Amino acid sequence: MAILQYREALRAAMTEEMERDERVFLMGEEVAEYNGAYKVSEGMLEKFGPKRIIDTPISENGFCGLGVGAAMNGLRPIIEFMTFNFSFVAIDQIINNAAKIRYMSGGQFKVPIVFRGANGAAGQLAATHNTSTESIYSTVPGLKVITPSNPDDAKGLLKSAIRDDNPVLFMESEVMFGMKGEVSDAEDYIIPIGKARIAREGTDVTIVAHSKSYWIAMKVAERLEYEGYSAEVIDPRTIRPLDIDTIVESIKKTNRCVIIDESNPFASISSEMTYQIQERAFDHLDAPIVRITAKDVPAPYAKNLIEYYMPQEEDAYQACKRVMYVQ
Amino acid sequence: MAKLTRKPATKKAPAKKRATKSQADSDAQGGVIPDKLSLTVDFATYPAGKYSHTDCDLSEDQVLGMYRNMLLQRRFEERAAQMYGKQKIAGFLHLYIGQEAISTGTATAINIGQDSVITAYRDHGHGLALGMSPNEGMAEMFGKVGGCSRGKGGSMHFFSKEKGLFGGHGIVGAHVPVGVGIAFGHKYKESGGVAIAFYGDGAVGQGAIHEAANLMSVYELPAILVVENNQYAMGTSIHRAFGQTEFSHHSVAYDVKGAVVDGMDVFAVCKAMQDHVALARENKPTMMEIRTYRYRGHSMSDPQKYRTKEELESKKNEDPIIRLKAYILENKITNDDALDAIDDDVKKEVMASVEFAENSPAPELSEIYDNVYDEADYPYLS
Repeated sequence: MAILQYREALRAAMTEEMERDERVFLMGEEVAEYNGAYKVSEGMLEKFGPKRIIDTPISENGFCGLGVGAAMNGLRPIIEFMTFNFSFVAIDQIINNAAKIRYMSGGQFKVPIVFRGANGAAGQLAATHNTSTESIYSTVPGLKVITPSNPDDAKGLLKSAIRDDNPVLFMESEVMFGMKGEVSDAEDYIIPIGKARIAREGTDVTIVAHSKSYWIAMKVAERLEYEGYSAEVIDPRTIRPLDIDTIVESIKKTNRCVIIDESNPFASISSEMTYQIQERAFDHLDAPIVRITAKDVPAPYAKNLIEYYMPQEEDAYQACKRVMYVQ
Repeated sequence: MAKLTRKPATKKAPAKKRATKSQADSDAQGGVIPDKLSLTVDFATYPAGKYSHTDCDLSEDQVLGMYRNMLLQRRFEERAAQMYGKQKIAGFLHLYIGQEAISTGTATAINIGQDSVITAYRDHGHGLALGMSPNEGMAEMFGKVGGCSRGKGGSMHFFSKEKGLFGGHGIVGAHVPVGVGIAFGHKYKESGGVAIAFYGDGAVGQGAIHEAANLMSVYELPAILVVENNQYAMGTSIHRAFGQTEFSHHSVAYDVKGAVVDGMDVFAVCKAMQDHVALARENKPTMMEIRTYRYRGHSMSDPQKYRTKEELESKKNEDPIIRLKAYILENKITNDDALDAIDDDVKKEVMASVEFAENSPAPELSEIYDNVYDEADYPYLS
């Protein structure tokens, strides 16, 4: 095992896949000469040259559409969003073109493309720069959505995403780029898309959490363990397709579920999970499912307000005790 | 050559040179802003009647092939309109009638299979010009599995990977950056191919067009952006929608060559395309305005109150098929009887396509889940 930062794991994945396949290229704002706005692509221009590491003007609609066309014409683009907040400028390319062209062409054209970049809130950036977009994109058939919570998943899943023949939205996090963690040094390390990870086994309550909410879940599980309760933590890793089987199997064991989701709550990941769980495991639930989400407001700027906006560890902890009826 | 003069603007020069030059100028003058700026730009023009088939290196057989191809588009769409009336075709149906010289002129000028074409929803003409069969076109509109997109796309979404037709796209302007990406793919793979992206005058107001133009310029891609200016975006005349209705002028903003073409003359289109495809093969992107006219409404539900009957009648004298027919007879390439025989043959082919579409089965309900993803087990109901 090597210890890598999250950004280094992403870079390793892209580098390995670009070495493996000439058709893969990286395009986005500041990815080349600036070495990446968050230094994810640092050194890649030097290694691969300007044909394959390509700076763009601030023109998301244009270069995302370019990526779709390049993918239709046999290439495998990685399109970097400085953050997914800016993907909304290009949402037409993602939802109408990337996701639908295979279907509308009766399978004649595939669109093997990865859109990747930071997603979710990252502090006092106010409303336009703090969006958790995974709920929005996960509603669209034709797209895959991946939200790795740690460097190991970031590497293994990004390699899978680049090899995938579908459009994949790969959502990272500004506040996790510097996070260090063990990353498998197995040669050609691949994690399959659509498989959840049971991060911690337990028997009393299931906590489901993706991306940086996963780390809240792990802290809550530690606190509960200290008090003698055993929480099972599941990181779905992929939002679409969702590994609902793993979640349901866990709930059949624990009979209780708390979901931590950084999205705004209405029609979100947590609401979809809640529906699917009740559909498949209604008789196994001993308590209503509780979800802890961002507040149902645009993200505010003020320090106390943005902290309050985010899913709270304390709320998640109390929710677990509530569903276990031990409050 | 048309000339454009306007101010203020900067001198036309390659970006890097321009920066150096203006720096030198400002140093000499001791300031950044000169007293006056002006711009003179030369545009290539391709007027009707200027080019013969020999100017385009076309044989007489090829000319007759073009005539047949344009007639095929015309008769196919006339029949499609009838089938729409009989409710065999549903959804939106946008006819290309009047614009056939553009699709045929283009298809004649490119290497079909190597080169790529992408267009908007008025796509039947481009499909048939590139060699898509009327059968798969008609069956697609009938919503049958024999259609080019297996009945999943309909009239607005014709695709043919084999012929290099990358769609058939329903969102105005959104396919133009995709077209530039196809060109990017050609350059990256060194395939020698070029990509031509067609859009209507209505799309000119979309930001996507302008982002695409900028990207093809800055990356020097083998791309041609072509606005088929039929003068009406649905019911809105270009004069009510755009500050600059001379769309060719947009090429100036993106530092690429521009041209204006009469789209009612198939040889003007063919010559323009030959010239601009040659530039694209050297990774010199261009923008082209082709002036044309659609004789039918925007779609089947269009009462056409935005234009006068007189205007429509006057434009009918410019019909590109009638023009080509006159050219063929005038140049004694063949006689009236032979042209009538071509028409009869085309009509039969179109009728056969209706029969094919009728007899092609509707998709199985299970096909609804096919081709959403690459994987066959969607919707992953394990």
